[in-house]
Amino acid sequence: MKRFCRIAPRNSERKALLRTEAWNDLTQERLLWLYRHLSLIRLFEERLKWLVETGVPVGAVHYYTGQEAVAVGVCATWETTDLIASNHRGHGHCIAKGVDVKKMMAELYGKATGTNRGKGGSMHITDVKAGMLGVNPIVGAGATHAVGAALSAKVRGSHQVAVAFFGEGAAGIGALHEAMTLAAIWKLPVVFVCENNGYAQATPVEYAVPIKNIADRAAGYNMPGAVVDGQDVLEVWDSARTAVNRARGGLGPSFIECKTYRYYGHHQGDDPHRYRTVEEEEAARARDCLQTFRKQVLERGLLAERDLKAVDSENTARIDEAVKFAESSPLPDLEELYTEVYVPNGVA
Amino acid sequence: MSTSDRVLTFGQAINEAIRQEMRRDPNIIVMGEDVAGGAGRAHLGLVDAWGGPMRATRGLITEFGPTRVIDTPIAEMGFVGAAVGAAMTGLRPIVEIMFVDLIGCCYDQIMNQAAKMHYMMGGQLELPLVIRTAYGTRGFEGRTYGGGAGAQHSQTLYSIVAHIPGLKVVVPSTAYNAKGLTIAAIRDNGPVVIFEHKFLGTAAKGAVPEESYVLAIGKAEVVRRGRDVTLCGIGRMTHVCLEAAEILASDGVEAEVVDVLTLAPLDDATILESVKRTRRLVVVDEDTPTASIARDIAARVADKGFDWLDAPIKTINAPDVPVPFAAVLEAHYVPQAPQILSAVKEMVG
Repeated sequence: MKRFCRIAPRNSERKALLRTEAWNDLTQERLLWLYRHLSLIRLFEERLKWLVETGVPVGAVHYYTGQEAVAVGVCATWETTDLIASNHRGHGHCIAKGVDVKKMMAELYGKATGTNRGKGGSMHITDVKAGMLGVNPIVGAGATHAVGAALSAKVRGSHQVAVAFFGEGAAGIGALHEAMTLAAIWKLPVVFVCENNGYAQATPVEYAVPIKNIADRAAGYNMPGAVVDGQDVLEVWDSARTAVNRARGGLGPSFIECKTYRYYGHHQGDDPHRYRTVEEEEAARARDCLQTFRKQVLERGLLAERDLKAVDSENTARIDEAVKFAESSPLPDLEELYTEVYVPNGVA
Repeated sequence: MSTSDRVLTFGQAINEAIRQEMRRDPNIIVMGEDVAGGAGRAHLGLVDAWGGPMRATRGLITEFGPTRVIDTPIAEMGFVGAAVGAAMTGLRPIVEIMFVDLIGCCYDQIMNQAAKMHYMMGGQLELPLVIRTAYGTRGFEGRTYGGGAGAQHSQTLYSIVAHIPGLKVVVPSTAYNAKGLTIAAIRDNGPVVIFEHKFLGTAAKGAVPEESYVLAIGKAEVVRRGRDVTLCGIGRMTHVCLEAAEILASDGVEAEVVDVLTLAPLDDATILESVKRTRRLVVVDEDTPTASIARDIAARVADKGFDWLDAPIKTINAPDVPVPFAAVLEAHYVPQAPQILSAVKEMVG
């Protein structure tokens, strides 16, 4: 039996192949979907950062800026019924999975109209109807929930696929390894997506992880592992669709490591220059996933400048509307403090 | 023999509860270490080798197959987390943590995840999850196999679970209430943790109706009537309270025994109603005393029923030490009837 394979070998030949084949598989409508979501996440987070800096009390937030290609590339592969479990840096995952930005913004404002009716906040945004099982700030915990969702899909015969998003910081926690063990022995329809942005808070990956590519660990669970350029939405999408198809086909889990970068600190109050250099940040920004995508589609003549501009202004209007909605929404009733502690009962 | 005369052990009653519920609802699954035991080795003629410390899952794989009765590797964080994820997406998992001492390996999933999901997600999902776990020392008279398990396989620990808002915690004491509470837990749409005392697993036997029935979670039960003192017992300690009540009766003291049954949400009303009549309270708890459920009950009664009391409330717990190994020390560790007798003697005196 073949013990280890890569979904997407990292070589120039593979890249060249991707350049032609993957682009051919995307309709104009799909390309616009990719850009719409890359842009929406970027604009949401930039607006949020501005709100934070002007003193709006939105609680603890972790900006996704810089990593957009990962959430968008992965979520572009799916059926709407598929499920995701996210981590603390989850706004991008939510938006790519179709959670309403108005409700997200209202949740950040702690309003009754938020996704979680003001009882969760940034680190717990959930929209079960959208297949978003929860932003989860306990590192590694979400991966176990994705495995459970996949087990549930298998038992119920629903053909759903579950995806776990986590950072390279989760590489050290047992929950992830236990989740991968279970997914592998039960051949569950799960895709493990590791967003390696280089830092767990302030701890650099080269300090905390003893191997160069975390995806190499997939071999230990007899699942395919791939390392992809997380700044290239096409490459993420191409790798993710292979993994998702494999999962849906009953062949079990896969592991994709996306090499990416977060533009800002760990959370809104963190100054990243205490642990990384401006030069490093500039090098990462030079490979910005939105700019790369724009360049690619324009050069290939797949989308026109005016298409992209129209998407941007439409998204800006959506964010304006989201902020307005959040500001004008009511606060939760004080009674809400005491409700929903226990789940109401049905059968008994 | 009519069904109500049928005698089952505590473990058999739980087994029957799970089996009947699994027949009723195909979304119920069972997961845990060795819940089947022989899973996957049918080719060797080995089916269902063990069935857990209560034998509560014995035979389930034969009837429901390995898709619904799932042996897990030793990965508590992984499989309790998977059970949470499965409960979020349409299944009703019953997960077994073999001994409660192992809760340290998966406490995040219980206290941060399962307990809080419904609340922090604004009520948008149900979490029909049952966690079964064995607790307590195995025995102190003629210690049998499994006794003498020492500090990391003999703890009680229900207080640290009951402490977390959002979790229901039940502690059955008889075969009859074990079946009814297990069915109630399975039908509950939120997370319920069931503490099953190791000693009761095979030692507690009693009449159990064959048909399915539910006992309400959140209800204590007066199991012996008396007018002089209320003895509040939890799990196995209810039997110790009944033993003490019997001895007290021969001395002319009529003790009422309340079986707490649910630690969260706690049925203060039944306990207070009893104390109002007896004017004295002793709470007997196998857990260690600091921040214990015994002291919580005492505090609630002191708060709401102080005026009725004729004597200070007594709590009897295991001491604030790890569970010792040597039989003589273990026997000394667990609360026993003589401690209750001397407490009552001081109060009634």
